Amino acid sequence: MLFGSMYSRKYVLAVLMAGIVASSPGYLRAADVRPIEVPTPADARLISQDQFKNVLSGVLGEKIKTAMRFAPVPRVKGLLAIGASSVTITPAQFAQLEAAARAIADQVADAGHRDYLVPCTAPANQTAAQACLRKFYSNVGRLLFRRPLLESEVSGYTQNALKFSQLQGGDFYRGLASSFVTMLLAPDFLMTIERTEPDTAHKGSVRLDAYSKATRLSLLLWNSYPDEELLEAAEKGELHTRKGLERQVTRMMSMPQLENGAEGFFKDMLKFEGFDQLSKDPTIYPEATPAFPPEVAQSTLLTVIDHVIAQDADYRDLFTTRTTFVNGDLATFYRLPTSNPLEYTKIQLPPDSLRAGLITQLGFLAEYSHPGRSSPTRRGKAIREVFMCQVVPDPPPNVDFSGFQDPKSVSRTARERLTIHRTNPVCAGCHKVTDPMGLALENFDGAGKYRATENGASIDPSGELEGTKFSDAAGLGKILHDSPTVTSCVVNRLASYSLGRALNADEGAWTAQLLKDFASQGYRIKALLQDIALSDTFYAVPQPKSQLDAPKYTSLGTAGRAKQPKRTEGATS
Amino acid sequence: MKSVLESFSRRRVLKGVLGATAVTVGLPFLDCFLDTKGQALAATGQQLPVRFGTWFWGLGMNSKVFVPKKYGADYDLPEEIASWKSIREHVNLFTNYRVLLDGRPNICHYSGWVAIRCGQAPVERGKLPGQSLDVTVSDAIGGGTRFRSIQMTAEALPRDSYSFRDANTINPPEVSAHEMYTHIFGPDFTDPNAADFKPDTRTMVRASALSGVSDDITRLKKVVSQNDLARLDQYFTSLRELEQRLALELEKPAPAEACTKPGALATEEPPLDMSYVNIGARHKLMTDVLVMAVACNQTKVFNMMWSESSSNIIKPGLSQGHHGLTHEELIDEKLGYQPNCHFLTMRAMEAYAYFIEAFTKVKEGDGTLLDRMLIMSHSDHEFAKVHSVIGIPMMTAGKAGGRIKTGLHINGNGGPNTLLSLTVLQAMGLSVDGFGGGAMRVDKTVSEIMV
Repeated sequence: MLFGSMYSRKYVLAVLMAGIVASSPGYLRAADVRPIEVPTPADARLISQDQFKNVLSGVLGEKIKTAMRFAPVPRVKGLLAIGASSVTITPAQFAQLEAAARAIADQVADAGHRDYLVPCTAPANQTAAQACLRKFYSNVGRLLFRRPLLESEVSGYTQNALKFSQLQGGDFYRGLASSFVTMLLAPDFLMTIERTEPDTAHKGSVRLDAYSKATRLSLLLWNSYPDEELLEAAEKGELHTRKGLERQVTRMMSMPQLENGAEGFFKDMLKFEGFDQLSKDPTIYPEATPAFPPEVAQSTLLTVIDHVIAQDADYRDLFTTRTTFVNGDLATFYRLPTSNPLEYTKIQLPPDSLRAGLITQLGFLAEYSHPGRSSPTRRGKAIREVFMCQVVPDPPPNVDFSGFQDPKSVSRTARERLTIHRTNPVCAGCHKVTDPMGLALENFDGAGKYRATENGASIDPSGELEGTKFSDAAGLGKILHDSPTVTSCVVNRLASYSLGRALNADEGAWTAQLLKDFASQGYRIKALLQDIALSDTFYAVPQPKSQLDAPKYTSLGTAGRAKQPKRTEGATS
Repeated sequence: MKSVLESFSRRRVLKGVLGATAVTVGLPFLDCFLDTKGQALAATGQQLPVRFGTWFWGLGMNSKVFVPKKYGADYDLPEEIASWKSIREHVNLFTNYRVLLDGRPNICHYSGWVAIRCGQAPVERGKLPGQSLDVTVSDAIGGGTRFRSIQMTAEALPRDSYSFRDANTINPPEVSAHEMYTHIFGPDFTDPNAADFKPDTRTMVRASALSGVSDDITRLKKVVSQNDLARLDQYFTSLRELEQRLALELEKPAPAEACTKPGALATEEPPLDMSYVNIGARHKLMTDVLVMAVACNQTKVFNMMWSESSSNIIKPGLSQGHHGLTHEELIDEKLGYQPNCHFLTMRAMEAYAYFIEAFTKVKEGDGTLLDRMLIMSHSDHEFAKVHSVIGIPMMTAGKAGGRIKTGLHINGNGGPNTLLSLTVLQAMGLSVDGFGGGAMRVDKTVSEIMV
């Protein structure tokens, strides 16, 4: 961060909000009464695995294979996005990135793909080659670096491409690709390095420069870098005006990339990395083949994204929905036919089904189970931690399991087996908050299939949450649907995700306002995203305490900037 | 931006003529690569390097059938380590050591292995008190090869790596034996024993392209904050590592008498499930690739994980994975242990035996590959059922080039596990006189195994 050590809570950014009056109907009306906020440090962070893929697919085209596995990121305060704010590139990862960059650059320049981005074919002479290369690096570099390239950068990439071409038998395209590798490995691409600039409207203050603002915005809404139109708006200074910002946010909200943005958040919030560890015992669940984990992950993602983006539905309805997506494999778990077993199809579960809500669908049920049986504790803990933002402590290291080990026990159901959890005071402290919810899901086995009995005994899925009794899983879903804890959880998570850090106590007023707006706008995630995207807090940066602390890395301005060539089709996505 | 070729030349990473063969820069072996007896590899006159690795398995053991009754040489092999018969002479077993928590919580499946690798128990989950000791070793000896270290997970879990600079800089693992083979023995591999050598123009271009990145980082380092500077420094360090690797690829590698490039893997990647059968199959494939990677001087440091600390490895037909079983499986009154946990630990120890033995099958110099290696192994708990960190079993295998005695069962008498950690560091030639923090701080070694 640029000014982390100069951080000043007293610095009020109200000036940035003054006079802002939302002019659009609907989502665009919430930001006029923002409370005073604490700014986010302008900082540098490593691009994520999904962002790497999204950016390159957007800039280079969907046909370019961009597979790359990034190093593990620690989950901090419930989010990988917070842990990601401090990760660095390890030597092993850099080596992998270099190999990936070469493979990507080779594809961009090969005969099957070059027409998409390379703005010339077999240039006849050095002058033509140079012009072509300049155009290529300027256009692509602008999108990867999220700013216009400096003249020295464009000429550097171009000259090196010509030299690399000579070294490789005069192959123009190999030269282009080799120099492009340098661009793909540049910190300007792999890290989002934010810049501040003097705030012309408020002497002595700084603000994010327009390009950095555009990057924050696109990472939130698209989980990717800005497109050409957003960069143009940044270049013209439009993002520093309320009207210009609203125009861009509205446009971006209408684009298909919004799904990528929502995916980025929900994969993080719902702990999708857990699907990597999902495995079922094939002797107990023969239907759960090795393809099962990625299939249930995909089904979960499609269900969530369809609900919150395509349908723009009430977030709370995710806890009561009977809509899901299945391919042929998953349809068998629901005992439903599917028209196309190879594709994921949107289906409606019967209205009288016990399956109501995301927590009764295969992904959640299977992820939070043992390899060969269900786990009321894991499921209940996950509901608390994922959907209610609560922290369930680890069990004590000397936990006594003797209660489970009575050889004379005739327990047939999980509820009977887990009686000790509720009766032993040492266990009850935590298990009374996890098990009741988990036991409500006992009608679904460890792979998520429905069952009415366990070991011949009827399953009792009833219980109580937050003082309200429920009779089964659908009833639990209804309580979660109506729980203010659940709605405030998703607001806090998304706010924290957008900033890439844990929220400060001082930011309670901001999230309280977001929550209020979220409720008034029908608990729609799109509305919440838009609210944050138009929020001053989202763009706030720490302020220098004195002139001595003035930013040393400021906006690029226009000095040294390369003349921007005419855009090519492929580089405008 | 300057011409990358100009800056590349100026930085004198390589001296030579691009496109020709006169590349002269070599990275000399450090003293700590060398075996203490100064045994030389006759073919080249160069001394053989000593390599370091770790092998980890989760969920401890059943002491009744794991811990030998006899200490010292020719220790007995109880049922759980009966598979060590062919490797016992190469393996030291360390029992009766303890992790001292200094009043910090015993974080289940975490405090134990973190304390052994970092030298101190963590304050909370996710907060690592330092770098893992393999990184310390790698910093000293890991240069001069294509890969500073190689991490592998037989469970194929992308987040499984206990090798890290800090909590934010975790060395990612190989999760597929086939991918691992391609990374090491794919198109970028140069056979050290090939008769002809000509620097690859593509490698020269790669190195030059990296030089341009180096210029970008240098430019940014002048203008960012202290926090970001540290991250750019790490970026730069990672880049320099690759540059050095490419520099190596541009010179004729030293012959490696034990190196034979393995053919493409004959068997398919095992299915991605947690069955001990498939994990065992992946572990074997990865082991075979790793052995030749070491023999061919592609790396001097590696970390293999058979299973993570709270592993879900399954014995098909049971309702729970290994972790769940450690807590809920009954202790058989006649046997005195949990039969299914025992079964899965047996499989882990068989895999360990395969791993160690694989290095003994490769002749190098006047001994085997393992003779010039030191492989440290440990678990996260002693008895996972109660999350005990007293008595976590540890092993070493290999003579570290003649610095370590082998074939001994050592009684730790309740001393801290870090005694072995420091022993390992010193055996690898590091000039360190202490290791760890708080009650785990030690300045002595396990003298019984030091030559």
